[in-house]
Amino acid sequence: MSVYLLRRLIQAVGVVAAMSIIVFIGVFAIGDPVEILISPDADQIERERAIRALGLDLPLWQQYLVFLGKALQGDLGRSFVFNEPALQLILQRMPATLELAIAATVAAILIGLPLGLYAGLRPNSLGAKTIMAGSILGFSLPTFWVGLMLIMVFAVQLGWLPSTGRGETVEVLGLRWSFLTLDGLAHLVMPAINLALFKISLVIRLTRAGVRETMLMDYVKFARAKGLTPFRVTFVHVFKNILIPVVTVTGLEFGSTIAFSVVTESIFAWPGMGKLIIDSINVLDRPVIVAYLMIIVLMFITINLVVDLTYSVLDPRVRLEGK
Amino acid sequence: MADHPTLEVRNLQTHFFTRAGVVKAVDDVSFTVGRGKVLGLVGESGSGKSVTGFSIMGLVDPPGRIAGGQILFKGQDLAKLDDEAMRKLRGNRIAMIFQDPMMTLNPVLRVDTQMIETVLAHEKVSEEEARRRARDALGMVGIPSPEERLKAYPHQFSGGMRQRVAIAIALLHRPDLIVADEPTTALDVTIQGQILAEVQKLTATTGTSLIWITHDLSVVAGLADDIAVMYAGKIVEYGDVGEVLDAPLHPYTHGLIGSVPSRNRRGEPLRQIPGMTPSLLSLKPGCAFRARCPRAQEDCGAMPDLKPWLPGRLARCHHPHLDTREEAA
Amino acid sequence: MSVALRAAPGTPAKDRVETPFRRFVSEFAESKLALLGLAVFVAIALLAVLAPWIAPQNPYDLAVLDIMDGRLEPGSRNGDDTMTYWLGTDDQGRDMLSGIMYGLRISLVVGAGSAVIACIVGASLGLLAAYAGGRTDSAIMRLVDLQLSFPAILVALMILAFLGKSITNVVIAIVVVEWAYYARTVRGTALVERRREYIEAAECLALPTHRILFRHLLPNCLPPLIVIATMQVARAIALEATLSFLGLGVPITEPSLGLLISNGYEYMLSGKYWISFYPGIALLVTIVSINLVGDHLRDVLNPRLKK
Repeated sequence: MSVYLLRRLIQAVGVVAAMSIIVFIGVFAIGDPVEILISPDADQIERERAIRALGLDLPLWQQYLVFLGKALQGDLGRSFVFNEPALQLILQRMPATLELAIAATVAAILIGLPLGLYAGLRPNSLGAKTIMAGSILGFSLPTFWVGLMLIMVFAVQLGWLPSTGRGETVEVLGLRWSFLTLDGLAHLVMPAINLALFKISLVIRLTRAGVRETMLMDYVKFARAKGLTPFRVTFVHVFKNILIPVVTVTGLEFGSTIAFSVVTESIFAWPGMGKLIIDSINVLDRPVIVAYLMIIVLMFITINLVVDLTYSVLDPRVRLEGK
Repeated sequence: MADHPTLEVRNLQTHFFTRAGVVKAVDDVSFTVGRGKVLGLVGESGSGKSVTGFSIMGLVDPPGRIAGGQILFKGQDLAKLDDEAMRKLRGNRIAMIFQDPMMTLNPVLRVDTQMIETVLAHEKVSEEEARRRARDALGMVGIPSPEERLKAYPHQFSGGMRQRVAIAIALLHRPDLIVADEPTTALDVTIQGQILAEVQKLTATTGTSLIWITHDLSVVAGLADDIAVMYAGKIVEYGDVGEVLDAPLHPYTHGLIGSVPSRNRRGEPLRQIPGMTPSLLSLKPGCAFRARCPRAQEDCGAMPDLKPWLPGRLARCHHPHLDTREEAA
Repeated sequence: MSVALRAAPGTPAKDRVETPFRRFVSEFAESKLALLGLAVFVAIALLAVLAPWIAPQNPYDLAVLDIMDGRLEPGSRNGDDTMTYWLGTDDQGRDMLSGIMYGLRISLVVGAGSAVIACIVGASLGLLAAYAGGRTDSAIMRLVDLQLSFPAILVALMILAFLGKSITNVVIAIVVVEWAYYARTVRGTALVERRREYIEAAECLALPTHRILFRHLLPNCLPPLIVIATMQVARAIALEATLSFLGLGVPITEPSLGLLISNGYEYMLSGKYWISFYPGIALLVTIVSINLVGDHLRDVLNPRLKK
């Protein structure tokens, strides 16, 4: 088990290193680093000084080491626009994004699991066919289009829900949260559903496929032969088996949920880091871009690691392999 | 109740209604299993023997269903029971053991969970009591340190041990009837012997009746009282196990016995049955074995009845081995 | 036997043997939904191709736009009373119908173009990985795995952040996002195919490697490649629309569907839905029709589903 953990950790560090090189090359070799890191408004003398201060006259590998050293200390440069440390800017916006992503994940499971279960248990029913057709739409519709339609119907036409913003927030543990107030919750519903749409389809498909596969297993037939109630067969024997892939995939998808919140945040003017990165790309605030990319890569790798470990806890067969 | 045998199957028909046509997996099958008796149900794969077992358990899944006949369990027709009544019998009065022990236990649930739920499904007892019974059952089938093993997951057991666990689960409620579907086929020969001995001992002490489904005649020889040979969904020969194996009436049974290696016939070439089992979708009228049968004649184009040729010996054949009884010995 | 007899010379042409292509066509035609998808897609493609000749207005020609006609409702007449804006106008006074037809051109060209480039790059690398094996294979597949573990939008954002925003960079971003799918698919199929006797035979004949790769191996990897390519065209169109919607794609003067939708977004809250709505419908119909075709292609071309 600990060997497994160690191997996964080393792998994760390797990927972080690889990604830091990619981001570094992207910023320093493809783009013009002077243009990227120094405010375009700076005059010639300032530029010279900055180039020396940033070590841009050094060979590339030395520059990388400097970049890496600073990054490890949490220094990813200062935003041109806000004149604040880029990392701090990102971290300020992160709770809003996390709240949205978590809400979307929870929605995906709460909506997707029951629908998928139904579609798997009654595969030939009209309801199941409708659910599956809906999940195809969920896969193929662009997120932003669905978001617009949601706003058009529920905010503009029906006026049930607010169209943009985070609404009223409450401070808990030093962070501001929307889901604790009624107004905040009303603001959260549409963005969360919008972001969850793809994930709902995914969970439906996974659950349905899992149910249909598991129902054919001998151990399900044996469970029925033991005289268990259909309820127990479905919700203990079948459910526990399909939960493993569903949880794994939803967990793995959490990273991509955060990445895709870029689109949802732009539509619903949700003040998270996704909105920040789009604004930053549009005004070429590159330190913020670099900081965002590094943070999100780090998050991704952490999530993959955590999911792998959770998986080994959930599935006894994986857990004991190392023994 | 005393005048009813444990199980009496009458003219059972289990059909699968597929898109390609109706598959008559079990077609007009009848047999009786008395209290404490063992019936060997023998046939090749696809002969309908497993479907017969599942029909008794009420576990035939769509597109299959019981299309006719009666399954009288102590006089009560199981084919007419509703789902809930059938569920109450399953695992309680009638239990089943499956073929592949690697597949019958749920991999993500601990053994104790899978045993205790079986107890609680049929009896309102405390969890402690259920656990105690589970432990006793494991001990009964010869699993060492059952208390500890209860907390294990199935993959921590060997195949033979898993089958013992499955048997322990089947025995939890001391059922009147156990349907065992090739329970030793997937096991090593030595383990097979242990399990057989164990089952024999248990049925003898508890008075449980047993239907042992297998393709292996040598297993049936030592275990069963009666034997029913199935071919293409029908019983082709039925009778006392010793008599049938000594002097089979039906050419198919004859061929089956001939294809088993035996010490008595050392040096002689093994006889085999030519051809393949027919597809149940494209059965021609008449005896299904006709195309592979060395004794087939013109009149085999009409389906023979299962009728007694000797006292207590039934065969579905127009030309049974009546005169050549020494041949098989 | 009977087939061979019927194919003998002298038999009428209509009794010809079934070729794989004919069987494919007849199997594809079995699904009415897929046929509908194909028909709709062909109609959309025609609209896009013929836009300069059939569109009521050239939406890129600022001279014909009248700002006074801005944000008119669908069905309104223009100021000179010479034409009707069937789908309304945007804030520039641009006829939405024409804008959509021209926008479709850009969306389809960017979508199909980048999918084709990604296909060429990905399929070549996939073939190479399968044929070369060893280190080359594991290096390429490592890259594929790394690529696929990051979501498309993040990779695209990364590329656009490095290279700046432009239509070329959008194409590059889509290619980088999509090549890995082709590479993985082709490698998987090619690994199976390369163990077949005909490749061994070709190797025994000492044919040059590129000939074995592209003339012998590739044609046999085509069915799954076609399926992936269809799906990826739809994905590319959606990704381009998303990036344009975020303001990272095509220039504002020649809007694609995504940008048209984005332009109308701010007016939607005030009830002027048509500026966003109709381009959105055009985008939706395009993507769904391609997916309907792709979905059925997968069923038809997947040998595992064949009886």
